[in-house]
Amino acid sequence: MSIKGQAYIMGAYEHPLRDAPDISTPQIHAESAKGALADAGLTKDDVDGYFCAGDAPGFGGMSMIDYMGLRNVRHMDSTETGGSSYILHVGHAAQAIAAGKCKVALITLAGRPRQQKFGGFGGGGRPGQLTDGPPEAGFENIYGGTTHNTYGMCAMRHMHEYGTTSEQLAWIKVAASHHAQWNEHAFLRDVVTVEDVLNSPMIADPLHRLDCCVVTDGGGALIVTSPEIAKSLNRPKVKVIGAGESPKGPMGGHDLDLTHSGALWSGPIAFEEAGVKPSDMKYASIYDSFTITVLMQLEDLGFCEKGQGGKFVADGNLISGVGKLPFNTDGGGLCNNHPTNRGGITKVIEAVRQLRGEAHPKVQVPNCDLAIAHGTGGSLGTRHGAATLIMERE
Amino acid sequence: MSDTKTAPEAQARKIPAPPVTIESKPFWDAATEGRFLIKRCNGCGKAHWYPRALCPICFSDDTVWEESPGEGVIYTYSVMRRSPTGPYAIGYVTLNEGPAVLTNFVDCDFDQLAIGQKVKVKFQDTENGPPVPVFSPV
Repeated sequence: MSIKGQAYIMGAYEHPLRDAPDISTPQIHAESAKGALADAGLTKDDVDGYFCAGDAPGFGGMSMIDYMGLRNVRHMDSTETGGSSYILHVGHAAQAIAAGKCKVALITLAGRPRQQKFGGFGGGGRPGQLTDGPPEAGFENIYGGTTHNTYGMCAMRHMHEYGTTSEQLAWIKVAASHHAQWNEHAFLRDVVTVEDVLNSPMIADPLHRLDCCVVTDGGGALIVTSPEIAKSLNRPKVKVIGAGESPKGPMGGHDLDLTHSGALWSGPIAFEEAGVKPSDMKYASIYDSFTITVLMQLEDLGFCEKGQGGKFVADGNLISGVGKLPFNTDGGGLCNNHPTNRGGITKVIEAVRQLRGEAHPKVQVPNCDLAIAHGTGGSLGTRHGAATLIMERE
Repeated sequence: MSDTKTAPEAQARKIPAPPVTIESKPFWDAATEGRFLIKRCNGCGKAHWYPRALCPICFSDDTVWEESPGEGVIYTYSVMRRSPTGPYAIGYVTLNEGPAVLTNFVDCDFDQLAIGQKVKVKFQDTENGPPVPVFSPV
């Protein structure tokens, strides 16, 4: 597939200011977006792809998507190559449009280097000085939010709405530990019980220490090739058959709903592209920063009804060889590894092992030909980006 | 902060000075005067949080500051138990005007916090910065 003739530039806008002491960098991004959309005759609700580079405050466009209230974004790209980023983004946008990943891509740039005398950039700055960092920082970062207590808020609300219990959440850790015992590299290899989880110290209500993932150094890498190269290599072939992505944020405080995640949108996109259903999955790698992370994503991906995650994970249903949906057979982030607090790559790696039949024999799923890897980055408690990947053994 | 048994968990954690931007400065100037402002859009009529120059609902740039009594209910919360300065409570308040606000709950017994509880804004001092909005049960 080529991008030739597959995409058109239909809106363009250059912000009129050359010296902007009175408006913030996020505002310049938004005003530029508004100008380009008006030029094209579109609205922000038409935007389903967002592209930005390192000038966008926050990370990976999450802050800007939430600032602008881009509710329908289903494709995100924050490739950073300095000043050339935005030219490269047009090429990437064309690829995404040609692949059917988005139809209306928005690319923005903004900054205020002339105002640096007023304070640091990137969220810093000394007290009393104006800063120009992520727009939410002054209203959120001051309250002592950590991953633990922001995910704790999700768990608290989920329990309130659906009657989910700490015992049910504990089963997720129990399942991960059953898998980790066979992984010689796992950070935690001891099998734990529901009682062990409930008796571990409370970290951030209602999450106990054993509801949390490990903190580990380390890393990982993946190689993705063309079909021709894949055919020439002497390794089992893991075919990418579907992918979906979605941001989620409070969007002005009206879309908070902390009981669901971006998987609600990224999942169906990936399943539809792959032409398969959640019930077809033989194995699932599910991001497990905390037990509640797994529970919410299983529901949102459609492995069970919303609110029924607690029942779904109980009684060992996630343990390979025992339950219906073997998950995180390497021990996951909860027991094995969460390198540099970013667990996405290990999710893909274990799915590849399963599809190749190269997982540990004690946890290998028989005839594992379809698998999902799903994750969220950022915080479920504030704003995050969800990604779903469906893979098939060929 | 209190050391009595009934209110042992009044927040000991110091809140750092908020990063203030040119866009958020009017909010923090009002906070210094003890007034809690939100933004409302003249385009769609809706209030939003955190305050922005362009409405995140309809993208109108006709947004105005509005003083709010800062009343609402707890949407969710979590008490951080592992903190060198003692436990503190983070959570969201759904304001009566509609939007949800991330905050700390202070001057209360953390074990009595509950989703749905009515709360009201107050301001807590920061070091070298404007006071920040926090909430207490009413």
